[in-house]
Amino acid sequence: MSKLHVSTTINGEPMEFLCEPNDTMLDALRGPLALTGSKEGCASGDCGACSIMLDDRLVCSCLMLSAEAEGRDIRTIEGMARGEHLHPLQQKFLEMAALQCGICTSGMLVASDALLKKNPRPSEEEVRFWLAGNLCRCTGYDKIVRAVLETAAEMRAGN
Amino acid sequence: MTDIRYLAPQTLDEAIGAFAAAGSAARILAGGTDLLVQMRSGAVKPGLIVDIKKISELTTIEETADGSFRVGAAVPGAVLAEHPRFGKVWPGVLEAVNLIGSTQVQGRASAGGNLCNSSPAADSVPALIAAGAIVTMQGPNGRREMPVEKVPAGPGRTNLKPGEILVSFTLPPRPPGSGDAYLRMIPRTEMDIAVVGCGVSLTLKDGVCTAARVGLGAVAPTVLLVEAAAKALIGSKLDDAALNAAASACSAACRPIDDKRGTIVYRTRIAGVLLKRTAAIAAKRAAEGN
Amino acid sequence: MNVITNNKWIGQRTIRPDGVDKVTGRAAFAADTTMPGQIWGKILRSPHPHARIKSIDTSKAEALPGVKAVVTAKDIVDFPIDKSVILGIQDMRWMCRNVMAREKALFPGHPVAAVAATTEAIAAKACELIEVDYEVLPWAIEIDDALKPDAPILHEFNKFEGKLSNIAGKLEVKKGDIVKGFAEAEVVIERTFTTRPVHQGYIEPHACLVSVAADNKTTIWSSSQGQFMVRAMTAYLTGFPQSDIRAIPAEIGGGFGGKTIVYLEPLATLLAKKSGRPVKMVMTREEVMRATGPTSGSKSTVKIGARKDGTIVAAQGTFHLQAGALPGSPIRGAVGCSFSPYDIPNVLSVGYDVLSNRSKVAAYRAPGAPIGAFAVECVMDELAEALKMDPLELRLKNAARQGTKAAHGPVFPRIGYIETLEAAQAHPHYSEPLGKLQGRLRGRGVASGFWFNAGGESSAQVNITEDGNVVVTTGHPDIGGSRAAIANVCAELLGIDYRRVSVLIGDTASVGFSNLTGGSRVLFASAIVVTQSAEKVITTLRERAAKIWEIDPEAVKWENGAAHPASPNAGQFEPLTLAELAAKAPQMGGPIGAGVQLNTEGAEGGFGTHICDVEVDVELGIVRVIRYTAVQDVGRAVHPGYVEGQMQGGVAQGIGWALNEEYIYNKDGKVDNPGFLDYRMPVCSDLPMIDTVMVEVPNPKHPQGVKGVGEVPLVPVMAAVANAVHNALGRRFCSLPMSPPKVLAELEAKG
Repeated sequence: MSKLHVSTTINGEPMEFLCEPNDTMLDALRGPLALTGSKEGCASGDCGACSIMLDDRLVCSCLMLSAEAEGRDIRTIEGMARGEHLHPLQQKFLEMAALQCGICTSGMLVASDALLKKNPRPSEEEVRFWLAGNLCRCTGYDKIVRAVLETAAEMRAGN
Repeated sequence: MTDIRYLAPQTLDEAIGAFAAAGSAARILAGGTDLLVQMRSGAVKPGLIVDIKKISELTTIEETADGSFRVGAAVPGAVLAEHPRFGKVWPGVLEAVNLIGSTQVQGRASAGGNLCNSSPAADSVPALIAAGAIVTMQGPNGRREMPVEKVPAGPGRTNLKPGEILVSFTLPPRPPGSGDAYLRMIPRTEMDIAVVGCGVSLTLKDGVCTAARVGLGAVAPTVLLVEAAAKALIGSKLDDAALNAAASACSAACRPIDDKRGTIVYRTRIAGVLLKRTAAIAAKRAAEGN
Repeated sequence: MNVITNNKWIGQRTIRPDGVDKVTGRAAFAADTTMPGQIWGKILRSPHPHARIKSIDTSKAEALPGVKAVVTAKDIVDFPIDKSVILGIQDMRWMCRNVMAREKALFPGHPVAAVAATTEAIAAKACELIEVDYEVLPWAIEIDDALKPDAPILHEFNKFEGKLSNIAGKLEVKKGDIVKGFAEAEVVIERTFTTRPVHQGYIEPHACLVSVAADNKTTIWSSSQGQFMVRAMTAYLTGFPQSDIRAIPAEIGGGFGGKTIVYLEPLATLLAKKSGRPVKMVMTREEVMRATGPTSGSKSTVKIGARKDGTIVAAQGTFHLQAGALPGSPIRGAVGCSFSPYDIPNVLSVGYDVLSNRSKVAAYRAPGAPIGAFAVECVMDELAEALKMDPLELRLKNAARQGTKAAHGPVFPRIGYIETLEAAQAHPHYSEPLGKLQGRLRGRGVASGFWFNAGGESSAQVNITEDGNVVVTTGHPDIGGSRAAIANVCAELLGIDYRRVSVLIGDTASVGFSNLTGGSRVLFASAIVVTQSAEKVITTLRERAAKIWEIDPEAVKWENGAAHPASPNAGQFEPLTLAELAAKAPQMGGPIGAGVQLNTEGAEGGFGTHICDVEVDVELGIVRVIRYTAVQDVGRAVHPGYVEGQMQGGVAQGIGWALNEEYIYNKDGKVDNPGFLDYRMPVCSDLPMIDTVMVEVPNPKHPQGVKGVGEVPLVPVMAAVANAVHNALGRRFCSLPMSPPKVLAELEAKG
């Protein structure tokens, strides 16, 4: 059985890769696409470290076959900054010490970005429930939630 | 090099043809939030994966003139939540579908997949049972319908015939004064499999319950339609006596197991607690009118 | 010792040096690394909890196309049972049996063989083709089962008090005479407590990539809390000299103690040697949960006696901790830390190391201390209730202070425990009303805790670049934010902008020996060697300036990043900046830099006092933490954001340990919940904001006043939660986790 050839768009750029039919999108990102910013914490959709955007929908890349990327629009952590200009969430995470080891950070940022695009005015509770699928073991979530709320406030104020 | 094949057909006939031809070696891929986990763990080793997400009947939501909804079997919970009307008419079904997993999982997981995976603890099923949903499936021998509670046959097994694919759910028109709700008990606030799940749909007229259905999950090999609980509610004003009777009926209907998620004693005890809480929310929604 | 008081950088919330890479996905964790020609390693693991290995036939695996190497125990250096070989915190007799089973498989998941092949799928298939002849033996997992008279014995060489036993060790600390002490007590509380094994829960599975040249020169990239430990362990287990191994620490995705040990590196090294290809090995989440060391399950009995006025006169603790398959549970932490917050004249604290057929325990954040503190702090709470005293008042009355002889031996120097109690008492959390919610009962609890903290070996280099900036190379993997704090220290010392300091973690070839990241020691130890290195650099800079100005180096001072002539030459020469002196370095004597390697001393233990509010859904038995305040004596918060982060992270782990985390075994002795779905760690929506109060009582023995902060935060948490639940429900929970079925059962028993 030969490999599948997939043509897709990742972070706005057309990309192609070969994969096995049972490879997940996470396998493809971390393997042939060499985009290792998305992390594998569990491979079962329980930790969110592999979070990406699939056609503007927040999903776990470990729960998607790489073959499904054909013709779709994929956004990963690598596409969040614009060159040397960090996204406001990335900047705020740094300023507020909302990361320690960093393994969950890619997923947290992608998920937080998805939240603020959908709901620019989330409450603390809404942030916490939105991010329930992103496990962090280092921070206790406190500074992450604060960073998301502050970024939301600043973005609303037009900063 | 694997010997798995992946197909993404554009039509239902194509999908059924391929699915039926591959027999037990084939699996349907909707959101993949169960299938991929099972493949990764080695529990399932499909020879053919049939991705049904390009088939429009399976991925669309329609509200018909008579007020019923037809929801494609592969519609993700997050998409269902964005429908302008569905959540207003069926808030319980919507919240049940959107309690499955995380935000990421809800971006992909569908009620069809949840039903066909046939976990006794599936979140969407008690609410769909309470709603009186009818499923439409199609196979090599054509199309047929079935009440949703008849679909699960046991843990991991359904009553779909070989080659049949779930097409859609039809939720009946809602009489005025109706409301539904779904609650589940989980130890954390999110991300757990339901220890007990309860769906209630009821209709109130002048404060009297004229119709009710109760679905109870994670307390038996399949999700249960608890007719005795509904009977206890119908004709009552949802007073304490009626609610207690319905709660007892739920506990009595339980045939759970002890497992890593809950014990027989615990599940049986809280089934009644959940019934009361769920019925209260459904009643509040019914009284507020749809 | 100069405690810097007038600070520009110390105490600032600077951006961590590794931060931009981490928020953009560029940071290289071990599984992100690749090498040309790399192949994949996989492990075959025992399905049995306890079995003699009679034979292993790897021939079919070796014949599978794509398989490049197979390793079994005979490829690993044997350390005979009769000779203890200590390496760091481990004994090599156990390590060589842990990394791969030798005579027996001792837990389900115990590695039995390893394969390297061109794809992961082929390596996995090859593992399935290895034929192992097991003689299955009876097994015991729970402490009670392992201690029964007829219990299956894990190790025929293990004797305790003359008899074959599953008790692998005993530790005792004693002060005064508890018989006399309890005789004076007017109120005595005695309780027995049990806890389940819990995992450190790091989100990044273990991973490594190893390349071995034909002459055994080896390069290891791995996720670990100690590249020197990786080098040493690998050397000991493979027989390669340490000088042939270069261990490079990748960014680490969480450790909490669980990565102070190796599982993969020696196997990958042997596979790489045999195959001639670089070998990558990455654990799955299931492998992490089944086969890496969670902490001990435990059974503890604690008895505390006091006079009616609240003076504690005697305390006794007996702590049984599971070691798992091989000796080494953290009884030292339970025995040594649990009574340390208090000045008690008569103490007997005894710990037993209990073998059982589950994975060998690995360190978990203040190992042993949270288990002991759970028991002691709950008994303190009950004692306060019996004495009708406020629980913080009881602790204040008996608090350890400077001059107190701790139960575990040392006399305390200046410590900050009382300050944490006072800060907790004064905090609004302690006095604000709990509020009410229908159908819920609320309660508030407090607890304290202590952890030793460590010093130990550390090395650093501070080198001035030719353009006048600074590169600091340190020796410990950064799991908490230590690079940021070290940059703060170095910028402060040199008087330059923080952004001009680059902090890197050296590998074993590029920095001197540095002990593990753990023991809350990284900043403590690194700051000492960085300070001494920076002081040497400053001496050199002053000498260079002195030479240029033709004055005595004693008459040059270093201030604000430049050399200034001090009196009597003050004002006579323009200051010479770091950049100017660096530019002149080649002519003025050569490179400007210094390195220091030390066994650092002067580490002082840390104390914490926590306040917890819970809300219980009484019909369902669900406990939620609705408010939490952690007060800790942190010495000096060099980077407050990351000190707070350590406190908040430890609290979250403790809440999980208290409420929902536990290893569940099925009837076949296998872990039933080896994944994040059913191993229930706190998710974002489970927790409230976690407020922190950092009490700064500087450590007088440290140049910046630093005390370790990373481990103390976990120690008081379970008791704080349990005491809050008691306050809400009037029931004492002596068994963790306080999961809903257990809480509901207790409530129903109460009536």
